[in-house]
Amino acid sequence: MNAFEYAPAPESRAVVDIAPSYGLFIDGEFVDAADGKAFKTLSPASEEVLSEVAQAGAEDVDRAVKAARRAFEKWSALPGAERAKYLFRIARIIQERSRELAVLESLDNGKPIRESRDFDLPTVAAHFFYYAGWADKLDHAGYGADPRPLGVAGQVIPWNFPLLMLAWKVAPALACGNTVVLKPAETTPLSALFFADVCRQAGLPQGVVNIVTGDGSTGAELVAHPGIDKVAFTGSTEVGKAIARTVAGTRKKLTLELGGKAANIVFEDAPIDQAVEGIVTGIFFNQGHVCCAGSRLLVQESIQDELLEALKRRMSTLRVGDPLDKNTDIGAINSAEQLARITALAEAGEAEGAERWAPSCELPDTGYWFAPTLFTGVTQAHRVAREEIFGPVLSVLTFRTPAEAVEKANNTPYGLSAGIWTEKGSRILWMADRLRAGVVWANTFNKFDPASPFGGYKESGFGREGGRHGLEAYLDV
Amino acid sequence: MTGSYARRYAHLVTMPTTVPAYGNEAAERLAPMADVTASDAALRRFLHGLPGVDAVGLQARAATLGTRSIKTTAKAYAIDLAISMIDLTTLEGADTPGKVRALCAKGVHPDPTDQTVPQVAAICVYPDMVATAKAALAGSGIHVASVATAFPAGRAALPVKLADTRDAVAAGADEIDMVIDRGAFLSGRYMSVFEEIKAVKEACRRADGTAAHLKVIFETGELQTYDNVRRVSWLAMLAGADFIKTSTGKVSVNATPPVTLLMLEAVRDFAAATGVQVGVKPAGGIRTTKDAIKYLVMVNETAGDAWMTPDWFRFGASSLLNDLLMQRQKLSTGRYSGPDYVTVD
Repeated sequence: MNAFEYAPAPESRAVVDIAPSYGLFIDGEFVDAADGKAFKTLSPASEEVLSEVAQAGAEDVDRAVKAARRAFEKWSALPGAERAKYLFRIARIIQERSRELAVLESLDNGKPIRESRDFDLPTVAAHFFYYAGWADKLDHAGYGADPRPLGVAGQVIPWNFPLLMLAWKVAPALACGNTVVLKPAETTPLSALFFADVCRQAGLPQGVVNIVTGDGSTGAELVAHPGIDKVAFTGSTEVGKAIARTVAGTRKKLTLELGGKAANIVFEDAPIDQAVEGIVTGIFFNQGHVCCAGSRLLVQESIQDELLEALKRRMSTLRVGDPLDKNTDIGAINSAEQLARITALAEAGEAEGAERWAPSCELPDTGYWFAPTLFTGVTQAHRVAREEIFGPVLSVLTFRTPAEAVEKANNTPYGLSAGIWTEKGSRILWMADRLRAGVVWANTFNKFDPASPFGGYKESGFGREGGRHGLEAYLDV
Repeated sequence: MTGSYARRYAHLVTMPTTVPAYGNEAAERLAPMADVTASDAALRRFLHGLPGVDAVGLQARAATLGTRSIKTTAKAYAIDLAISMIDLTTLEGADTPGKVRALCAKGVHPDPTDQTVPQVAAICVYPDMVATAKAALAGSGIHVASVATAFPAGRAALPVKLADTRDAVAAGADEIDMVIDRGAFLSGRYMSVFEEIKAVKEACRRADGTAAHLKVIFETGELQTYDNVRRVSWLAMLAGADFIKTSTGKVSVNATPPVTLLMLEAVRDFAAATGVQVGVKPAGGIRTTKDAIKYLVMVNETAGDAWMTPDWFRFGASSLLNDLLMQRQKLSTGRYSGPDYVTVD
């Protein structure tokens, strides 16, 4: 029989023009690092060098913070409606340039174009639109009359959703009247630098947004700089703890959005086909590089066999490969370092006796790849059930009763998100009351909206991003 | 899903391979399921025990599959496959022998300028046009499908529906497209719907022991909920449907991607549970090549290879064929022709 093979359907790279090198965006200008240092950024799918980017040192961070401080006075004094105009303009430019930015994001990050095009970019624009709407309504946000901004925000973001995490940080900060110095992740600096261009296109006053690229040392300089009033970080719990130690005892306000080990709980009366989709979305969306990924599947023991059979069948249809191919479901792992971490944890899972399964799929020869993987026979005592893997690896555990499901779901140092699958509404409410997780999804997973606050319990961090609650992190309240 | 049924019955059924619903073996495969259709109460418990359908999730999955980008060689393959899966249909009060013969000619040579275009799967007509179609298609291998059982409303007494079916079969119909009694289904009389399908299946038998294939039309636009669609799919398959079909094309909501996806899940699960393969036919509202390809992607990624043939998947359509032909010409010549370069029906 002649199988229906999908021919390659690559999105064109021609829509994006990447310069051979980029400087730091400080005070409205692109400038080289003071000491001239630079680093290369790769496409994780091909290991091709995309561009060379300046490595900001202490002196550069200082210049950026001072520029933001100078800009703060005028920016914070603008009426909210005026700040809103800039944010609306940025949102519209992002929409207009969304194809270019989506291709860029997939090139630099390795995520499939289907996701950067259909999820990342629309959500980025929506976030700016949403907070543009708040800028002149802060009096009504529930923080008293005329709440004041904090000042200069130092923001450090991760590589999993480079532009979206930028939007989550920059949009509420600017809406509230703060100015920002943002450090994108070392492996994914390009979309933030293109965002700098968007700011210029929108006529945003100089110094309101500054972007300093670099590795962890740049982030450490920024967080420790005495001239900033607020630190916002999204990333690993380990780095988050280090930042909390740095900031302790200073006047700086802090919000942290850290790791997770979310339970996706499937009851025997769940809509099974949709639950399978939700499990796949929960752990394989963005190669599992999602802090709220549903990396622990808790399935009621009575339906374990049929659910796993359906899940394996579905996983066999996942298309792993070129991120720019419009039919790719799973793209490249973001870096060699992350690939090594996922590989090591998966090996630990096997060594501890969990059963490993992956569909047969051909992985490209160059670049960083990891096949979608399932571990069954996992218990609470296994490392793959406790540690955040941040990759396309799902650990399957079972439970017998709702109480046991809650107990196991909560038995983690993290508490970012959880999912419940059941056709019984009362059980959803009962579970949601008891799960210690910042977000609880019912009969869906990994759904985001700018109007909905997002954030964690326990070692998943504190503070909320998104919604009215997200304003609090950038207001002096 | 429904694997619990698969497991429960696995010890009763040995399944080396799946068998077609229209063969003699299907009845043996379904025999172990007899207890679920033993009484109205048992059938109700079974159908209501099927996993629920989350509407938002189902629609999201159908939409995601709709974003697949099918290009070049894959597109050429899909277009020819789609043409070969068409039940080219005319179901009008104004149908005449001339109109039916014209449609048959088109079914045999969809593009008179290009003999490499495959012929369609079947010509679908009202029962009184079966003989005309049969004569026009003689020797072509194209099936004649006839709607029956008081199509499209199905509001007639059972003897009338059976007579309607027998007439069509006697006139030479290879396939019968029956409508279910939606009123009975919506009022919860599942057993009545079940018995009626069984009776029509029986009426499809010919004197020589062969039988016309039976497609069962649900009119999903009238059943409305996805839970109903899953239940009626299982009900019809248990009753012996060879194909399950979405719609008559005569109501405002016809085939939709989510409904078709759900029916594809049902045939997949039914084959896993019983070893019997049943086909799927979306009908009504599928007019463009782009739409047809989206459906083929759904078949490919839900039911799989075994359903990617005209034996197991059909499009109930009329205007779709011309769009497929125009896209086919575009692929081979690199430019669009126009409606004057394909034949009117």
